[in-house]
Amino acid sequence: MQLDDQRTTIYKVDPGRPETESLPLVRTEELLLNMGPQHPSTHGVLKVILELEGERITKSTPVMGFLHRGVEKLAEEGTYHQFIPHTDRLDYVCAMYNNFAYCRAVEKLMNITVPERAEYLRTIVAEVQRIIGHQFWLGTQALDIGAMTVFFYTFRDREILLDWFDELCGARLTTSWYRIGGVERDFTPSLLDKLRRFLDYFLPLIDEYVVFLEKNRIWVARTKGVAVISAEDAVNFGLSGPTLRGSGVDYDLRKYEPYAAYPRCEFSVPVGKNGDTYDRYWIRVEEMRESVKIIKQCLDQMPAEGPVMAEVPSVTLPPKDRVFTNLESMIQQFKLFSQGFDAPKGEIYCGTEAHKGELGFYIVSQGGGKPYRLKIRAPSFIHMGAFDFMSRGYMIADAVTIFGTYDIVMGECDR
Amino acid sequence: MHAIAERIQREFSEGFVKAVEWRGDLAVTVTCKALRDVARFLHDDPGMDFDYIVHVSSVDWPDDEERFEVVWEFYSIRKRHRIRLKTRVPEADCIVDSLTDIWKGADFMEREVYDMMGIRFRNHPDLRRILMPDEYTEGYPLRKDFPLQGKGWRDTFEFLNEGQG
Repeated sequence: MQLDDQRTTIYKVDPGRPETESLPLVRTEELLLNMGPQHPSTHGVLKVILELEGERITKSTPVMGFLHRGVEKLAEEGTYHQFIPHTDRLDYVCAMYNNFAYCRAVEKLMNITVPERAEYLRTIVAEVQRIIGHQFWLGTQALDIGAMTVFFYTFRDREILLDWFDELCGARLTTSWYRIGGVERDFTPSLLDKLRRFLDYFLPLIDEYVVFLEKNRIWVARTKGVAVISAEDAVNFGLSGPTLRGSGVDYDLRKYEPYAAYPRCEFSVPVGKNGDTYDRYWIRVEEMRESVKIIKQCLDQMPAEGPVMAEVPSVTLPPKDRVFTNLESMIQQFKLFSQGFDAPKGEIYCGTEAHKGELGFYIVSQGGGKPYRLKIRAPSFIHMGAFDFMSRGYMIADAVTIFGTYDIVMGECDR
Repeated sequence: MHAIAERIQREFSEGFVKAVEWRGDLAVTVTCKALRDVARFLHDDPGMDFDYIVHVSSVDWPDDEERFEVVWEFYSIRKRHRIRLKTRVPEADCIVDSLTDIWKGADFMEREVYDMMGIRFRNHPDLRRILMPDEYTEGYPLRKDFPLQGKGWRDTFEFLNEGQG
């Protein structure tokens, strides 16, 4: 179906024909619209074929895989340690949480307990990453549906945290700071100081973001009652994270299967009522507040000193300063990176509550230093599975809202 | 044995193959024939109540007679327990029943398994490739006999300015 074809029929411009042979004024034929692969609101290279009746979507078919890099295949060819940088490139705006989810899965496979201080450090950085993820989401989602101002505010504050990451591990986005059995390095006093100052600065700013959106009639009209999904359907589709909690299901792995320092922190899980885009927005804003609470508690409770890496020489990496000065440590480091450690035979699944949803790793090990099979349960991919269901009956312009409401990143979706 | 595994064994004495519990994860293997009934039971039975689908995956064991293993992982949000359901299929007849009508989320996940491993799903509403291009004909990338570098499809790409600079 061509747009031109449609236009000529509607305007009935055919003077050569006799008047008795009248043409229909409006043709009620379905129109196919290709949205993407290059479109500012698809957050990456994604194409959706929309079948339209007028302006209403009757069916939508996502076409994905433009960013498929075969990460799962690559994982089978490298050692467990070598895969950590690959996880950065899954959800490339929130690399820390991917590292965290992967390291937790390998720790479950190897049965390693992480030292207490490292658990707190991990929780703090993971929550900082959650704030970054939600800021990023808030800015871009509002930008997609025409509310531009909040984007500048969230990105301004996100920048502070990215610089903090830079100081922590030397990279802003592709961080690779987590290690199997702990973390790469401890916080410096300057980092702790900066983080505390940021938290005090940030909390009042959340109210500022909210004002830009909740007082904006257009933004509210475009989110309230859009992309509604009931709790039963959301669970049935396997949605997770804020996308599921917006429908009133309080499924949060931090509470359901507590890990790291979360069981020692007090925080609540915000849950929506209507299952629409607005509720999911509200959840993400509230989660930023909860994250601040968690980080503050962790900073207070954290043991002042202690190891940040488990002492399991056959699996975990030796500290860097020892590698440069001690022969045994150097050999250990070399062996771990060239051959890997000997994993037991077996299979595990370990899910972690990333800010997008449940990010899980299913690892099958046949012994040896490489995973036999590694499957990534990517929330973005699974959310795209519900796109058709959630977009039916809405307008073309709402398709943009629906992309936004999942918080998809194509690097994770296509892997 | 785990209570859930015992229950499945009691209900499906013919279809049940084995149950393994390792690192706190329960994995139950059933025959390909019984798969649908077991899945239906897991979803509908009030004692099981596995309403949430976590992932669908597949593992290739080239040396085994029944080469492919299809893996479903379910979670129960109300009961807070988890199960991994597995079945094996031979290469010559690698087709299993689709569970899309029980868990709608299985649609994309099963398409991915088909795309990556070449296992077909009976009664799937729209079984097409999902991550690889539709016209891709070189096989299924996650099979163990598929080389990491691919099979040369990339070499057929036309490059702009080739030979000019």
